[in-house]
Formats: sequence, structure tokens, C-alpha cells
Amino acid sequence: MGKTITEKIFAAHKRDVPSDNNVVLDIDVVMCHEITTPIAVNDLKARGMDRVFDPKKIKVVIDHVTPSKDTKTATQAKILRDWARRNNIKDFFDIGANGVCHALFPEKGFIRPGYTVIMGDSHTCTHGAFGAFAAGVGTTDLEVGILKGVCSFRLPETMKITITGNLGKGVYAKDVILRIIKELTVNGATDKVMEFRGPVVDGMSMEGRMTLCNMAIEAGATCGVCLPDRVTAEYLWPFIQDEYKDIEAAVEAFRKWHSDADARYVAEKTFDVSALVPQVTYGFKPDEVKDITDMVGTNIDQVYMGSCTNGRIEDLRAGAAILKGRKIADNVRAILSPATPKVYNQAMEEGLIKIYMEAGFCVTNPTCGACLGMSNGVLAPGEVCASTTNRNFNGRMGKGGMVHLMSPVSAAAAAVKGYIVDPREMM
Amino acid sequence: MKTFGGPALFLDRNDINTDEIIPAKYLTENTKEDLKPFILEDLKLPGFDPAADAKGAKVIVTRSNFGCGSSREHAVWVFEVNDINVVIAESFARIFRQNMFNCGMLAIELPKKDIDAFFALGAGVTISVDMDKETLIVRGTKEFTCKFVLNSFDKDLVLAGGWLAYADKKY
Repeated sequence: MGKTITEKIFAAHKRDVPSDNNVVLDIDVVMCHEITTPIAVNDLKARGMDRVFDPKKIKVVIDHVTPSKDTKTATQAKILRDWARRNNIKDFFDIGANGVCHALFPEKGFIRPGYTVIMGDSHTCTHGAFGAFAAGVGTTDLEVGILKGVCSFRLPETMKITITGNLGKGVYAKDVILRIIKELTVNGATDKVMEFRGPVVDGMSMEGRMTLCNMAIEAGATCGVCLPDRVTAEYLWPFIQDEYKDIEAAVEAFRKWHSDADARYVAEKTFDVSALVPQVTYGFKPDEVKDITDMVGTNIDQVYMGSCTNGRIEDLRAGAAILKGRKIADNVRAILSPATPKVYNQAMEEGLIKIYMEAGFCVTNPTCGACLGMSNGVLAPGEVCASTTNRNFNGRMGKGGMVHLMSPVSAAAAAVKGYIVDPREMM
Repeated sequence: MKTFGGPALFLDRNDINTDEIIPAKYLTENTKEDLKPFILEDLKLPGFDPAADAKGAKVIVTRSNFGCGSSREHAVWVFEVNDINVVIAESFARIFRQNMFNCGMLAIELPKKDIDAFFALGAGVTISVDMDKETLIVRGTKEFTCKFVLNSFDKDLVLAGGWLAYADKKY
């Protein structure tokens, strides 16, 4: 019987089988940020185990609260910084070079097809876009990953999610994944991998695929995954050109990870997106999703563009196309956080930053801050935010605040009108 | 190994997420003990007062998909430092469930009908855990026992005192 991409990755990384249901994998990349890592670092120190299994396989960034806002966050940053230095971890990204982990690490070429990746961050599933098995874990899993380079998982079952049709005007990867989560519900994919297939995925850029995989966790999935192809090889080419004679050779080599035609899936679902309209969340769960046409007129106080879901260059371009020559509404404040320094630079060179600023946006440094209500755009009780982020939990962006998740284009359109609007009318 | 069981706290909702269990603003604490006062702070349930109601509880009984959202192990630690080391639910989010076992704590999944029977007892319920027999002894207005099943690896983690101790010995 054939294997799925995830089963192939598991077979290639199997260290131990501690029970019928579990497998311990060798991990290729252990990623760390300053919120979930310091307690692991302190614990390792206290146990006299202040070491790492392989400094080259550990990638570290300060991204959640940066620059530090107070003594506590400065201390978290310092613990991480000192630890990285002490353990000779070269891939450490501090102020000036830091960005949102799940946007920054792919940009650096750290993720390859067939890799196993863990991080103490639930949106680690983003990296499945490269044909990797990438899973969010807790601090203890992270600690063992740092120390031993292994992590345990239950044997994965895979859902095959085929996306067909053609995306209409104003409809993007974000709208597609919100629609899928609505159908699956917030635990419809728990303990499963969501394998995204079909012509719409094939036609997506790596940015679009990362947006898809990023929100797999919002349906409970362990990981989202796309099959690595020419798009993947072209994105990674600057980092892999010494390994393959040309892009074609890389594409061919990546094919070994592809799911076999006779692989077994626990469920198969097909979404035809031709008639899909822009999507938006209305409640406190990411599966509470409506067509934007049913939400038009909902007043907003803040617009936030950024995050590991939608803070990449394509997202900024899409938002800027709406904002060009327009101003944000008087009742709205708007914040853009380009997800990485590279995105920020590119946006400057392309004149996008000017468009955002002339429209009335505040442009902040790359950071996760506002998405989880930690810094750089926290809501007051009763306030409403149109946001390109990934979670609309009660209080997520600030106690008593309300978050409506949507695409960058829908958020930009909302900024201009001051209320939720169908962005297709403005394109 | 820890001993498990005691007075139960009932949380009657599906999909309780880790932001509700411990809000992100407290993730800047660098010790587990500092999280103690903030248990379930953002969980809004009718008549529920987090600080008062969680006091004295040693077991949580809840519905489906408990612990969804962020990977923060702080959601497990805030229970641990409040002396709660068993959560019984219809189902868990994967990362939360793994974090519980990784800390040597118990995440027990039971069918909906069993969970309904627990909720039907009302207040003043005590639940003891017999790890050997994989049985819960439930005492309230009625007294009964209820079998549960642990994955053998998860049980090994609990017996070892968590994943770090297990992995350090084995790998």
C-alpha cells in the first residue's frame, strides 16, 4: 500500500516506537522564540543540562514582544539571547534582523521538503507548505527537542483536502482556509494532517500555501502540508543551488516525498472555490465564518495587517492595491506590521510603505505583538478589529475586544470605509 | 509519581482555549509559580468566578476540544501550580493533551455519556483515580466507578514523571 507524504517523512525520521500508537522522530529543525523557550532554558540550567543537541539545527528569534516593552519581556529576550550565545547558536535573530518566526525562518531557507520541524508555537504548521512535517509543541517537547533532537507524536492520519475551481476577484488563500475551517469546525482535524491538494494549491505561491497551512491548527490539525513542486524549488533555489544542478533536478528530487497514488486517507474532501466570496469570522471561534456580504456595515475601530498568516509581501501588495490613492476612515486607526525586515524593505522599494502611510496607517516593526494582545496594537474593551491574523478568541487582541479575521484586501477595504465591506466593490 | 484526584471543578463548555485558561499577557512570567493567581481568568461562563471556584479543586471535568489554540504549556502549568493534575474531557486539542502527559499529568478522555453523568451530579463531587485499574471513583449525590483507557506511552510518561525524565533515560 502507498504512503502519504507524512508517512514517508515519519518513516525517514523514526528513532523509536514506544507504543503501537506513538513514534519518536528525529527532528531536523528546532525553532525557538522568547515566549515559550526561556522556561525550558531555565529548567535545563537548573538540571545541569545547559546544552543543545546540535547548534546548527536550532533557530532562534525574538519576535513576540520586540523591542521589549518592560522588564519582564526584556528579561525573556535576555534569557534567549544569552542562551543562544552560550550554546553557539549562530542562527539567532535579534532586533534589526528579527521578524515573525513563521515568516522569517522560511525566508532564510531553513525549511526543506521532507524535514521534521518543531517549535513552541501552535502556528508551526505553517512550514508544512514546503512539504515538511511541522508541528507546534509545548515547552517540555521543545526542551527535549533542544536537548535530544527528538519529539514524540501519535501516528498521523491524513485528511486529503482537494481545492478545485478558480479563485474569483478579491478571493485569496485566507478566504479558502476560513471556508475550510468553517466546514471542518475547530476540532474537525484534531490529531490529523491536512494535506492540501488540487489545481488551486498548485497555482498558489509559497506565500499563499503558507497562509493555508498556517491556519490548519485552527481546525485542530497537527500539521498542514503541500506537496513540494517547482514553486517550492524556485522559492528555495538561492539556498539549494549547490545541491542540485538545476531547478528541474530539485523538482525531481522533491517528488520522492509526494504521497503515492494509492496512499490511504482517513477522509477526503473537495472544495470547489469558483463561487467562493471573501470570508470573515463573526464570533469567538475561527470556524464561525460568514460570507463577507452578510457582514457588511459592521463597524470597526482598528485594522491590523500583519502576522504569520498574512504579513508577507504578497499580502502587503494586495492591501496596497486597495489603499492606493485612498484614506482610512476617520473612525478607524490602522496598523501595518510587515512580517520580516525583508518584507519591510521590499515594501519600501516597491513604494508600498508610502501608500500605507499616505492612507493613514501606522507602520510598525516586524512583530507578533498585536495578534495575541501582547503589544503594538492591543484593543480596549468593546473595541472591534478587522484583522489579517489567525485567531478571534474572546480577548485575544485585548480583554473585551472583538476580532474579525479576514484577508488583507478585505481588511484594507474595511480601513477605508470604517466598517466591514465587500472589497470587490473597490477593486 | 504524583497522586491524582480530589474535588472536581466543572467547566461546562466545548472548545475552551488556552487564551481563556491563561491569557497571553501573563506569558511574560518566567516561573510557573507566578502564573498561579491567573487561572482561567478569561473564561466567561454563567456564574463562574475563576479564582474562587478553582480554589481547592484537584480535577477538572469539561466537554470537548479542551485546550485548543495556542501551544502555551503555561495552560498546563497554571493547573499544576494550583494543584490540579487531572483533566477529564470528551476530547482534547493535541498539543494541550501532550503537554499534560509531558508534565506527568493526566488528560483522560471519556465518552460523552460518561461526562454527562459526571455533570448530572451537580456540586460537591470528588473524583479519585486508580491508575493501576484505570478506573475513576466518583463520589457525589451518587457514587459510581468509571473505566478509562490510557495509551500505554502516555501512561509511561506519567509513571516516569514526564517526557524529559523519560527521554533523558532513553535517548
